[in-house]
Amino acid sequence: MARDTYTEFANTPLGRRLTSALGLPQPARLRRHRPGAPVVPGPVVVVGTGTVSDEIASLLLTWDLDVRRHVEPRERVSAVIACFDAISTPADLSETALGLGRMLKQVAPSGRVVTVFRSPDAASDPALRAARKGVEGLTRSLAHEMRAGATANGLVLAEDLDAGAPSVAGGLRFLLSGRSAFVSGQFLTVDSVNGVLPGDWDRPLEGQVAVVTGAARGIGASIAEVLHRDGAQLIVVDVPAAGEQLAATANRVSGTALQLDITADDAGERILAHARQHYGRLDIVVHNAGITRDKLLANMDPARWDSVIAVNIEAQLRMNRALLADDLFNRPEGTSGPRIVSLASTSGIAGNRGQTNYAASKAGVMGMVAASSAQLEARHGTINAVAPGFIETEMTAKIPFATREVARRLNSLNQGGRPDDVAETIAYLASPAAGGTSGLTLRVCGQNLVGA
Amino acid sequence: MTTIDRTSAQTRTVQTRDVVVIGGNRIPFARAHGAYATASNQDMLTSGLNGLVARFGLQGQRIGSVAGGAVMKHSKNFNLVRESVLGTPLDPATPATDVQMACATGMEAIGSLADKIRLGRIESGIGAGVDSISDAPIVVTDALRRILMEANRAKTPGQRLKALAKIRPGHLAPQAPGVNEPRTGMSMGEHMAVTAHAWGIGRQEQDELALASHQNLAAAYDDGFFDDLVTPFKGVQRDTNLRADSTLEKLGKLAPAFGRDLGEEATMTAANSTALTDGASAVLLGSADYAEAHDLPQLATFVDYEQAAVDFVDGAEGLLMAPAYAAARMLERNGLTFEDFEYFEIHEAFASTVLAQIAAWEDEEFCRGKLGLDAPLGRIDRSRLNIHGSSLAAGHPFAATGGRIVATLAKMLHGKPGKLGFISVCAAGGQGITAILEGR
Repeated sequence: MARDTYTEFANTPLGRRLTSALGLPQPARLRRHRPGAPVVPGPVVVVGTGTVSDEIASLLLTWDLDVRRHVEPRERVSAVIACFDAISTPADLSETALGLGRMLKQVAPSGRVVTVFRSPDAASDPALRAARKGVEGLTRSLAHEMRAGATANGLVLAEDLDAGAPSVAGGLRFLLSGRSAFVSGQFLTVDSVNGVLPGDWDRPLEGQVAVVTGAARGIGASIAEVLHRDGAQLIVVDVPAAGEQLAATANRVSGTALQLDITADDAGERILAHARQHYGRLDIVVHNAGITRDKLLANMDPARWDSVIAVNIEAQLRMNRALLADDLFNRPEGTSGPRIVSLASTSGIAGNRGQTNYAASKAGVMGMVAASSAQLEARHGTINAVAPGFIETEMTAKIPFATREVARRLNSLNQGGRPDDVAETIAYLASPAAGGTSGLTLRVCGQNLVGA
Repeated sequence: MTTIDRTSAQTRTVQTRDVVVIGGNRIPFARAHGAYATASNQDMLTSGLNGLVARFGLQGQRIGSVAGGAVMKHSKNFNLVRESVLGTPLDPATPATDVQMACATGMEAIGSLADKIRLGRIESGIGAGVDSISDAPIVVTDALRRILMEANRAKTPGQRLKALAKIRPGHLAPQAPGVNEPRTGMSMGEHMAVTAHAWGIGRQEQDELALASHQNLAAAYDDGFFDDLVTPFKGVQRDTNLRADSTLEKLGKLAPAFGRDLGEEATMTAANSTALTDGASAVLLGSADYAEAHDLPQLATFVDYEQAAVDFVDGAEGLLMAPAYAAARMLERNGLTFEDFEYFEIHEAFASTVLAQIAAWEDEEFCRGKLGLDAPLGRIDRSRLNIHGSSLAAGHPFAATGGRIVATLAKMLHGKPGKLGFISVCAAGGQGITAILEGR
């Protein structure tokens, strides 16, 4: 992982003065999740006029948080939750929006704003949909306005969804906590009451068995570590050539190493056989393995194009078919269903020069995820994708210095994310509490300025 | 006959049970002074064990015993295996034993662990081996050593000076560790050349065996056979000695390397003899109960093994022919013949070693006269011999070869319950080990 010396400097007393005087970006040290830490360190204010705000306030009280409906002047708050569930036309936005606005200067570093609203797509009435879309717009813009590592995200509820659904609690907790440190300007949707709340929020994956592909290094190794920390038993997979680092990952997370080329026809079956032999169950599959073979399309050769498509999307499609054909990848009714989480990329959303093949594969992942949710729903499972933006890895450390420096600052948090930021989001989507969220692609990009 | 009645084959007074081979791991073997030139025995063995721990999720587990060793070993590595274990995530309460039996070190480590498991003394064991030619200890001459020891014993500076004054320039030449037989002064290759000549082993058949070894090993790698047997080390992914593109023509052009005094009749070249190699291997064994309790695979049963030694010093028998004798005793004890075996893994110290052993087992006179049998032990079908390659292609880091063979054969037998596999490994000092695995 490359050192971000600028961020280190900007967080020294001199660096703070200088960057402020010169109007330079001021990347903050982000609050990240530590087991045992409170969801947020200080008061949480819940604003809004509908019933959802009351339900959320009661929920937060069960987590022993300092919950307020109002805030004293100059008091620091850790989070503001703005509930827009009662709006029916854009004119209704103002009360809650402006109420939220008055508190923003009191939001602490690495604070959180979460807007909560009903799904715009569910509204056929033009005024209603306009109002709901309006919340999206204000949330995205507010995310750009947040300072000192604070973020703004939306929690989008299906039309008639009970605000007491497990994934409302799970999603809210994820967005408030340090797990979502590098997620900003994004929308987490909750479609159903599926999902199970964990007995211990620090060990939500206790007893579960997870497979992570491409786990020898980088983001994949970090995913394995975070899933392990959250209680999962790990099967880590990578190509035989990466076996030495894969073994090191397996030994760090007390898991088992499976050397396997995921483009093999029987890769899914071999993963299932390994899980059956060593654990007798399989709950979570994280399709992280991916490659880049960048070239302008005009200069693209078949080897580059085909290998990227084969590894990044065709292999996932084939493995999913095998997984969904096998009863091992299923759980008894009443428990949390199986989870698939795939790695997409902001390149697949916004496009990237030189990455037609990569973007095709990653946009493909998003399509696959959206189209597969019905199949997973049949076994009370979910499938989602996570699209990382600029993440500090061995791979991005090889980007020339100036390009890397620019890429790092091109987001609302003015810094690159860490592999564990991606891993935290994956761990949430893989958790029992996230059972109501499926078919979604969630970006972990610090609200990258490039792309949607 | 494909199954064995082990209760009648072995007379015993204690309850015994099946020992299963759970799996193995090795690092790719590398030609000496190549990719692993800067790696120590301990580095390689630790890496081999780490890969095994990772493959089977053994982190934090106390293994009953880890036995292994190295042939080329410095005295400072008196606890080589224990030190390596301490470098892995295994429970530090895992005991370890250093074993040495020349090229059969790995086999002896595995066989003795199997016996302990069979007797119920331990539930699990790891048999391991490592060797490095690149990191071999350099020793000083005996004369210099005696002077230094005398200086060390000196009580006064004067005595010490007097001792050290005896050092002469000739004492200072370092001595590389010898691989020659101490009692004959002959290299192993020269010994083998005598045996090969006596058995009339031809150049062509040796080259064919070498070529098959390379082709079989390359095919096994290409098929992914080694995906769960080998973990890369220092960026090396396949055995560096492997020459997939070798041909009989190329092999045929090489000049003899051993037995040159035989002139036209010399047959042993650098290609049909194993190269000096660095590498490490490890095999996980356990009782069937242990494997079951830990959700681990059971590839094969470790049925039996047998040591043998021959009197090679005065030329009564070939240096590397001990496995011929071990096989006879082991097969008789188990009521088996070669007809009963599905696969044969005969360590290719030299192509001619394999061919001489096979010739001996087919030879009426040898089997009657030397082995005391009524009839030859039988033919070994070449299509069942070393079918995924052996030491000529993979290389032969002495103590690591046993682990390579046991893990490979166990995987071949997996899913073939009752099918038998035969192992033969020759060793310096006129010794050797044979073993039987049975598929599960």
